[in-house]
Amino acid sequence: MEKVSLRDAYGDTLVELGKEDERIVVLDADLSGSTKTAKFAKVFPERFFNMGIAEINMMNVAAGLAVSGKIPFVSTFAIFGTGRAWEAVRQTICYPNLNVKVVCSHGGITVGEDGASHQALEDVSLMRSLPNMRVIVPADDIETRQVIRKVAYTEGPFYVRLSREKFPRIFDETYRFEVGKGHVLREGEDVTVISNGVMTHFALLAAEILEKEGISVEVIHMSTVKPVDVELVVDSALKTGAVVTAEEHSIIGGLGSAVAEVLVENCPVPLERLGTPDVFGLSGKGWDLLHYFGLDENGIIAKVKKVLERKK
Amino acid sequence: MIRFEPSFFLERNREIDDVTLRAIAREVRKDILKMTSAVNSGHPGGSMSAADILVTLYYYKMRHNPENPKWEKRDRFVLSKGHSSPALYSVLARTGYFPIEKLKEFRVLEGDLQGHPSMLTTPGVEISTGSLGHGIGAAVGMALALKLDRSDSRVYCMIGDGEAQEGSVWESAMAASHYNLDNLCVILDNNNLQIDGPVDEVMSIYPTVEKWKAFGWHVIEINGHDFKEIKNALDEADTVKYKPTMIVARTVKGKGVSFMENRAEWHGKALPPDLLKEALKELGELS
Repeated sequence: MEKVSLRDAYGDTLVELGKEDERIVVLDADLSGSTKTAKFAKVFPERFFNMGIAEINMMNVAAGLAVSGKIPFVSTFAIFGTGRAWEAVRQTICYPNLNVKVVCSHGGITVGEDGASHQALEDVSLMRSLPNMRVIVPADDIETRQVIRKVAYTEGPFYVRLSREKFPRIFDETYRFEVGKGHVLREGEDVTVISNGVMTHFALLAAEILEKEGISVEVIHMSTVKPVDVELVVDSALKTGAVVTAEEHSIIGGLGSAVAEVLVENCPVPLERLGTPDVFGLSGKGWDLLHYFGLDENGIIAKVKKVLERKK
Repeated sequence: MIRFEPSFFLERNREIDDVTLRAIAREVRKDILKMTSAVNSGHPGGSMSAADILVTLYYYKMRHNPENPKWEKRDRFVLSKGHSSPALYSVLARTGYFPIEKLKEFRVLEGDLQGHPSMLTTPGVEISTGSLGHGIGAAVGMALALKLDRSDSRVYCMIGDGEAQEGSVWESAMAASHYNLDNLCVILDNNNLQIDGPVDEVMSIYPTVEKWKAFGWHVIEINGHDFKEIKNALDEADTVKYKPTMIVARTVKGKGVSFMENRAEWHGKALPPDLLKEALKELGELS
């Protein structure tokens, strides 16, 4: 399966947007080579602002640019953009509901060798709790391109989480991303698996294996964690009667929590959540770390079997 | 009441003498005390120290349009020390952004004047502030945007001296000089008092002049209650090229009311009714 770079897709899309619209400006905190905003900087040096290793100020400056009519994209590693700068994002971007797009690479455990300090397992949770903020976790390059274009021209703040690691391609060019809409990749009857990011790849693998065992799995790709697609979650849960969530993120506060909130308030059915447990990450190769934490098809299959037991 | 037509504010450096500015500032101080006492909350001390500078900015210096708060050619003001909102609200009301009666909505449920400035509810507030150390960064962003647009509008920002303990202030200080933002002028309201006591005892920010110079700023030191000095400093900032300007304004917390001056206890506490009466009398209010 072809693996593709989400952050390269981001950098390339920024360049396209920059050509189309003079309002697009980009800020980075000394990581433009990694986040791929350097692609934009090369073509539009006058609209690229390297803010140095100073993420709090970067968010505030982005807010000042947005309030002056620019469309700022702000990038760094996910943990710094959402963690270190969280309160600047809250005070100066979300509270006044400004048109700033926080797009961070290096989300999740697949950051790899750099270890716990650089692995954002809390970023979705941190951003999801902020009023006005919308949170999107794309799965591949094709979706990333569409997400970036969509958030550029949808007023208000967004957090988009990208990865360091290349991910398997899920979509083809017929895919259409919409903010707040999940996407049914595979219809099924027995259980619903709701995933995003790289976990959608594993959800599809798990569904294929389970099909051979006679278990029919519905796979929903839920890139928008906030606002989560309540209607789709409820419809699918009512149909299958059991749900598994899978995300490359702590089980606290991310996609699993968002889905749990929807289910418990609308149609309580057995739910199992797959994510990293309440621990920090560690060094290792990105792909090895996914398997280490059971974030793969086997982890999903185990959760499916568990939830089907509970459904009986 | 001293009122000007909105058109008065459309050009910079207006003809307005110090006696008039002082009279307006006295009204602003009365507003501050009434607003905070009415809801028994808010921050009178730092609002009083900032009053003369805000009055000079809005009545003498800045090009702005109270009838059209989003006027493209306006100069911007960011109150990074957002807790001095009563001073800002009073000046905005008195220059015509909204009726004076609206000051009654300060800190009350569903009022338009939030405890700390909110751009979504109050006309004339350029960006929401309140959590310290953030507004100055937003001011840097505005100054960058104006440079991109080749606009000659200027950005003014006021920070507190306690606020200067926030590391993000120095991130912004670095960025403003790195990007040669000569369209940015920041004023430090240096009243030397924060909630827990004197700034140099809680956590010294001194020497301020040397620090800001070392960060690449043009620094001017003034008495923040002398209108001539405030005007001159703001004028000097206009002439500086390739550098942002820092005006270190030595001020007095609680300025204008004898028993409030230089007292940290009036940082975040409103005057009770009896003291309010006394204070208003000192400020020349006829009862």
